[in-house]
Amino acid sequence: MMLYAALIEPFVEYGFMRRALVACLALALGAGPVGTFLVLRRMSLMGDAMGHAILPGAAIAFLVAGLSLWAMSLGGFIAGLTVVLLAGIVSRVTALREDASLAGFYLISLALGVLIVSMRGSSVDLLHVLFGTILSVDDAALLLVAAIASLTLVTLAVIYRPLVIECFDPAFLRATTGGGTLWHFIFLTLVVLNLVAGFQALGTLMALGLMMLPAAAARFWAGAVWSLAALSIAMAFASGLIGLLISYNFSLPSGPSIILTAGGFYLGSILLGTRDSLRTRYFPRAHFHE
Amino acid sequence: MNALSLPVPAIELEDLTVAYDREPAVHHLTGSFAPGSLTAIVGPNGAGKSTLLKTIAGLIAPDEGTVRMNGLTRRGVAYLPQLAEIDRSFPIDVIDAVSLGLWAEIGLFATITGGLTARAEAALGAVGLKGFENRQVGSLSAGQFQRVLFARLMLQDASVILLDEPFAAIDERTAAELMDLVDRWHGEGRTVIAVLHDIERVRAAFPDVLLLAREPVAWGPAGDVLTPENLRRARYISDGWSDAA
Repeated sequence: MMLYAALIEPFVEYGFMRRALVACLALALGAGPVGTFLVLRRMSLMGDAMGHAILPGAAIAFLVAGLSLWAMSLGGFIAGLTVVLLAGIVSRVTALREDASLAGFYLISLALGVLIVSMRGSSVDLLHVLFGTILSVDDAALLLVAAIASLTLVTLAVIYRPLVIECFDPAFLRATTGGGTLWHFIFLTLVVLNLVAGFQALGTLMALGLMMLPAAAARFWAGAVWSLAALSIAMAFASGLIGLLISYNFSLPSGPSIILTAGGFYLGSILLGTRDSLRTRYFPRAHFHE
Repeated sequence: MNALSLPVPAIELEDLTVAYDREPAVHHLTGSFAPGSLTAIVGPNGAGKSTLLKTIAGLIAPDEGTVRMNGLTRRGVAYLPQLAEIDRSFPIDVIDAVSLGLWAEIGLFATITGGLTARAEAALGAVGLKGFENRQVGSLSAGQFQRVLFARLMLQDASVILLDEPFAAIDERTAAELMDLVDRWHGEGRTVIAVLHDIERVRAAFPDVLLLAREPVAWGPAGDVLTPENLRRARYISDGWSDAA
């Protein structure tokens, strides 16, 4: 009975908990596979930069239209995409590498965002944008997150082959069929879209958490792209579920609870994973070949 | 791969100059790779050998001059990058890595079934990796991994094959077996151009040689090019690049 009260009842009793849980499922479905490719492409920190780049767009939309989900999402998407495109163009026409030019643009973007929000909004508004509020996700927000997850999965299915080739052997992709740039930008667009989906629930600072932490953790268990993605989805959703329960039962903020749970999966995987974890490195069992 | 049915055009370079990272790497190179020729590109470090190969593969645009492919498309040219340029820790198994050679042929959606699977397995057999289908590429030695890339090249079935340091950092037995494959491609009428380090191997196996030291030192039959005098000249030129990386 106690277990029921702690684990099941919150979702049965409260609509906002159910909606938050569904939001976590949708976020996991989109962020898991996208995060997997971010890790495989060694772009984890670029994902972080893109997350911050969303802020000024959302902030400007907030100033113009108030706390409107659609306006802020659209604004964030445009700002994120602009920064990604500018960084890509600068790195292609100058000697600056893409990660450095992206860092440059996102810092400008982040500072601009904080400036805009604090000019007109209250610090409560700023906290909302930076940290999100998954417990206030309404039906419209759910719809948006679910739509982005669906679009992400379909798009990834279409560009799966070139994306895998570009991660594994980029010169081969360019030599056989010309530009890898198209696939790269489609993928970056997906990253921005999923960060926008996540920021409503988790804020711009932590939207990347549900993308990166499960994907990084999965590398210690799975050995193929599809299984990495599947495991990332599972761990991201589990983080959402467990994080929400912790937040409910101990009256802790929900966003950090979810990301810290994902962090727990990550640390646990480093220690105990079946592939190249600390356990397999320092306490190997009898050696078998696959 | 079987003998080619279509005639292979020549690849002609005219006054080609290519810079790499703003450093001029290839200077005023003119000449042509005859259809079906087997050419080694040799020269000191920093001589522009890889840059030239990348330019022919269409990965770098020339700064001056032209590369005339005479109707060859991208699909007609297969390029083997240096081992170091590939992410060998990427989670992909051997048969999938080999099947990438079919990518230009099958595109985004076509499924790899019956005939294509058989071709991939045959290529894997030809490089001596039968039974390795489901191994992860990360678990292979450098030599085994190079065999995988050769199998992928075979699936591309290209009339021009460009190899960048194909035998560097791999064991001698693998090198010899892969050289046999190169000979076979040559016998099938394909044009093969390889960047190589090992002058002895070049003397033994390559009919034509381009000796490059950013500018062309000599280009022609191996016996005429690999003279002590030419090699000395190439070294002399490269000694002048005191600031070269």
